[in-house]
Amino acid sequence: MTSFLSVIVILPIAALVWASQKNGLGQFWSVATSPEALAALKLTLGAAAIVSLVSALFGTITAWVLVRDEFPGKSIVNAVIDLPFALPTIVAGLTLLALYGPQSPLGIDVSLTRKAIVLALLFVTLPFVVRTVQPVLLELDLEAEEAARALGASEFRVFRSIVLPNILPGILSGVALAFARAVGEIGALVLIAGNTPFKTEVASVFVFLHIQGGDQAGASAVAVVMLAISFALLLAIGGLRFLATRHERA
Amino acid sequence: MRKYVLRFLALGYLLAVLLGPLSMVFFRAFDKGVDPLWKTLSDPNTVHAFKLTLIIALIAVPLNAIFGVVCALAIVRRRFPGAGIVNAIVDLPLAISPVVVGLSLFLLYGRTGWFGPWFARHGMQILFALPSMVIATIFVSLPFVAREVVPTLREIGDEQEQAARTLGATNWQTFWRITLPSIRWAVVYGVVLTTARCLGEYGAVAVVSGNIEGKTQTATLRVQDAYENFNQSGAYGISLVLAAISVVVLVTMTLLRPKEEQAL
Repeated sequence: MTSFLSVIVILPIAALVWASQKNGLGQFWSVATSPEALAALKLTLGAAAIVSLVSALFGTITAWVLVRDEFPGKSIVNAVIDLPFALPTIVAGLTLLALYGPQSPLGIDVSLTRKAIVLALLFVTLPFVVRTVQPVLLELDLEAEEAARALGASEFRVFRSIVLPNILPGILSGVALAFARAVGEIGALVLIAGNTPFKTEVASVFVFLHIQGGDQAGASAVAVVMLAISFALLLAIGGLRFLATRHERA
Repeated sequence: MRKYVLRFLALGYLLAVLLGPLSMVFFRAFDKGVDPLWKTLSDPNTVHAFKLTLIIALIAVPLNAIFGVVCALAIVRRRFPGAGIVNAIVDLPLAISPVVVGLSLFLLYGRTGWFGPWFARHGMQILFALPSMVIATIFVSLPFVAREVVPTLREIGDEQEQAARTLGATNWQTFWRITLPSIRWAVVYGVVLTTARCLGEYGAVAVVSGNIEGKTQTATLRVQDAYENFNQSGAYGISLVLAAISVVVLVTMTLLRPKEEQAL
């Protein structure tokens, strides 16, 4: 099993890291910080940050509605949340083009702009925060909230002092997963974003186009930066999991 | 009042980002009637693309299912050395971009890569052929089974397994008669997720396949190809088939979830 893991996961990553520094670290640095690469990385991180914030807010609201609210069709809505996990990402991009593209029935055309990137990333990251917050909300004891209300706390105070501290680790690990996904996404973006360098070219598309153009050094340099971001996020998620389970371990 | 505002916000967001766009695919696919749609779907290259996607899934899903169960057993029961490292590595594919995965394989099996020249000398085509596409797909769909099985294994504990062993059962008997029956819904759930990921993979396969029509073009690559060649109804048609598969996956997941909870 360890050999399966080595052949499938570790060896390819080692080959990538090796290839990126083959011509020296100076070379790696100058390629990774070339204006086009920097613009792509900045755009990627910026878009991922916006998407994380929106996803945190609406993901938490959605999880709250799914746990505390009752309305007809709730179980269908609950099932639909997972759709972005089941749907091929290229199809996700195409569906967004159908509603928000050049022939939009709503008259909203965001294709070939940065708005399209944010929209596509919101689509593919939609389930993460909902699915990390929902189980915590389900487990949450209502008594503490009732006690706070009986003692005269406002609804906002109840949320801030009782609910939020409990669901925060869930929100943060959902956000970290969403951020990682947003940084690496390509399928949902290729059709809708336009992929113009310096404007709508994200890091993953940069890597893809530079492989196809035969520029392995450029592609590898940016890919290694993305890899480093992935590792940092995995560490953060591990840390959050550690924090979230501290009561169980104590 | 507050309740309705939140409900409105949550459902409005879902409608704007998810359900609205998705329902449009249906209309776009039938935009120009059934004929162009049927023409694309019955095109030999489209049929080949779907077949190829299916073949890749048929190889990758069973391998990942077996690996996922073994991996989960290693992580939870910690019977062999290196279980901690396995636990850390198995989540990697969730955080790494599919394009980065593709590039890594490209560098490993390419003409100037570590293994590329060796395979070339032995007349084996890895890159721009089925093997690299299968490896790429296995990589990106690696964690799903393990991640579903690990919590279930933790939940059921190992008392029954110990009892079976005390009564003289071999490891193999214990696994088939005790462990597997109690984790079976988690395995099935993981397999469903893995299958969805395999059928829908785009980024990693786009890099290593070369996207050759009728040869290494999968269904998702065919969608992009059709759209970029101004065959919109074709692109939406293939997407409709893929979306229909996703809905089947979703329904299966929803039906399995309560059973999984009963099993606990």
